[in-house]
Amino acid sequence: MSENIKIPTMAEMAAEGKEPEILFWVGCAGSFDDRYKRVTVSFIKILNKVGINFAVLGPEESCTGDPARRAGNEFLFQMQAMTNIEVLNAYNVKKIVTACPHCFNTLKNEYPELGGEYEVLHHSEYLQQLINAGKVKVQDGGEFKGKKITFHDSCYLGRANDVYEAPRDVLKALDADLVEMKKCKTKGLCCGAGGAQMFKEPEPGNKDINIERTEQALDTGAKIVAAGCPFCMTMLSDGIKNKEKEKEVKVLDLAEMLAQQL
Amino acid sequence: MTIIQQVLFVITLGIAGFFVFKRASSIRRNILLGKDAEFNDQKGKRWGTMFRVAFGQQKMFDRPFVGFMHFLIYAGFLLINIEMLEIILDGILGTHRLFVPVLGDVYPFLINFFECAAIGVVLACVVFLLRRNVARIKRFHKDEMKGWPTSDANIILVWEIVLMFFLYTMNATDYLLQEAGDAHYPVVGSFAISQYLVPLYSGLSPEALVMVERSAWWVHIIGILGFAVYITYSKHLHIALAFPNTYFSRLEPRGKMKNMESVTNEVKIMMGAPAEDSGEEVGTFGAKDVKDLQWNQIMSAYSCTECGRCTSECPANLTGKKLSPRKVMMDIRDRAEEVGKNIDQHGADHDDGKSLYGDYISKEELMACTSCNACADACPINIDPLSIILDMRRYVAMEEASTPASWNAMFQNVENSQAPWAFPAADRFKWAEEISNSVDSQQ
Ligand code: SF4
Ligand code: SF4
Repeated sequence: MSENIKIPTMAEMAAEGKEPEILFWVGCAGSFDDRYKRVTVSFIKILNKVGINFAVLGPEESCTGDPARRAGNEFLFQMQAMTNIEVLNAYNVKKIVTACPHCFNTLKNEYPELGGEYEVLHHSEYLQQLINAGKVKVQDGGEFKGKKITFHDSCYLGRANDVYEAPRDVLKALDADLVEMKKCKTKGLCCGAGGAQMFKEPEPGNKDINIERTEQALDTGAKIVAAGCPFCMTMLSDGIKNKEKEKEVKVLDLAEMLAQQL
Repeated sequence: MTIIQQVLFVITLGIAGFFVFKRASSIRRNILLGKDAEFNDQKGKRWGTMFRVAFGQQKMFDRPFVGFMHFLIYAGFLLINIEMLEIILDGILGTHRLFVPVLGDVYPFLINFFECAAIGVVLACVVFLLRRNVARIKRFHKDEMKGWPTSDANIILVWEIVLMFFLYTMNATDYLLQEAGDAHYPVVGSFAISQYLVPLYSGLSPEALVMVERSAWWVHIIGILGFAVYITYSKHLHIALAFPNTYFSRLEPRGKMKNMESVTNEVKIMMGAPAEDSGEEVGTFGAKDVKDLQWNQIMSAYSCTECGRCTSECPANLTGKKLSPRKVMMDIRDRAEEVGKNIDQHGADHDDGKSLYGDYISKEELMACTSCNACADACPINIDPLSIILDMRRYVAMEEASTPASWNAMFQNVENSQAPWAFPAADRFKWAEEISNSVDSQQ
């Protein structure tokens, strides 16, 4: 990356009287989590490279409220939602792309009822569109060519919103050797973090969910576990560390893999 | 003689009808303990879902072998109902095989078909009994399945086999009576399966044959009427409720959580916007007891087959946590029955001091759910246990304010720094500087 990376904000754009084609909704994990910040950066690089007219909210962004709602705190969720909707509507936002399935689900399915109607895409869907349109071209013989990769379906992308093919298409574009886990697609196993579980200790049981899922991922023999969700990424990385496999097996986001190959 | 039988039959039919009606009314009353909800939208899609999922058994075939076996019972059951119509009319009118003159040559063909269907039913019932009691498939032996739920399943399976046996006995003796030239028994020939039972009865006198034939007829019909009453107490109610349950099942994306209008209003007021009067009374936030659920959620509890497909996919349950979505559904039904009984015995305002949350479902169970939707996806009749778990969490969070401390901390972070983690809100865009720095340093 030699060219300058541009990260325009909605406020800057508005000041110039411009409107971007898409809003990249970074999300809390994408903004604060050190690991997921690298995914944010990768996605920004792709957008820059392809020359997409985008912007972020920057300091004006705020939690969508998903974990609060699923933990039962409907008040807090709606406060967050209405505040966000005010901001989004003030900027006349039409189309949102996000790298977090929880943000994706909430913005897409839960904001309309509160007055926020947008076209919302998960970054895997957006990347799939860019690939199909020929805007993103993977160089031949990329790093992932023929590599055994397994994709972990996040519940909020898959079962919640029926997005199963887009992430797999991205992996296919990388010419990777996609292997499926014992439980995949509609039968995919949760990483254990959804429903606000990310923010508390699990209830007593005989195993943590992320360990069970990590075992399924390791069983495929893949050296890369592809993910499309910040929570899944944390849970699976922890699982792999727990199995002391972090040297051999990596958890990577789709955008990271694609950004490396451009 | 026949007139006495006719009178007895009509009385039997009346008694069974009375009990079914009484039970159906009390189930209806219990379902309507729940809150109003309207489902007037997307009628075409709803009928389509019902047709595919309930009538067409679509999701049963996610597990093809069981799906096929279940289909045998289901198809057999539907077909045999046609024969039931004749049996009931014969009973009332004192006729025998009333449809013979109407259907002519088609008649023996139909009965043969039913007999084959019945063999399918017996076969599937035997396989299911073996799966439950010999192979002891794990999901049929979880904690919530101890006692009645297990015997319920076995009773039904054995009952179905016995009913089929009497059907064959009827047809076998009937054939011998045709042969003997009894004018009451129209000649239709012997049938595909029951012909093998014929030698069993061939030594009997005509009078004894009539006795056996009549007894088998009565046992068969009483068995079926009894079954109709029994299923209203059993998980077998799904044979009826699977249809409305799929009709009323959710059409929206699974990830979408139901919006709480009452909260929307209060939040609007807090944010200084003019509130609209939704006309909705602000009752309890979330669900503590069955009356706080929507009626369709209670209905789905009455529809639940206790098959445990939900539980066997549940990540919490798979890893040994207390939560079992099947148990949630069974608890709702048990509690609705209890509340119903209280109303019958002590009047509508009686409070037994118990509730679904606390007495049936514990906080520990509710807190373990990852909202992954695996349960809802696995359910062959589109039950959505997750919607109920989330409604109950709303009660825990908003009425009881007893969510785990780390969740409370998360709530505070969202409120104060607009993120679930305790980072200063002002740092939200710091990542952008970090990239520019890292890009600069690479250059
Ligand atoms: S949504 Fe909750 S109850 Fe249903 S399968 Fe997932 S964790 Fe289990
Ligand atoms: S909720 Fe559905 S999947 Fe679960 S036990 Fe009942 S019928 Fe089976």
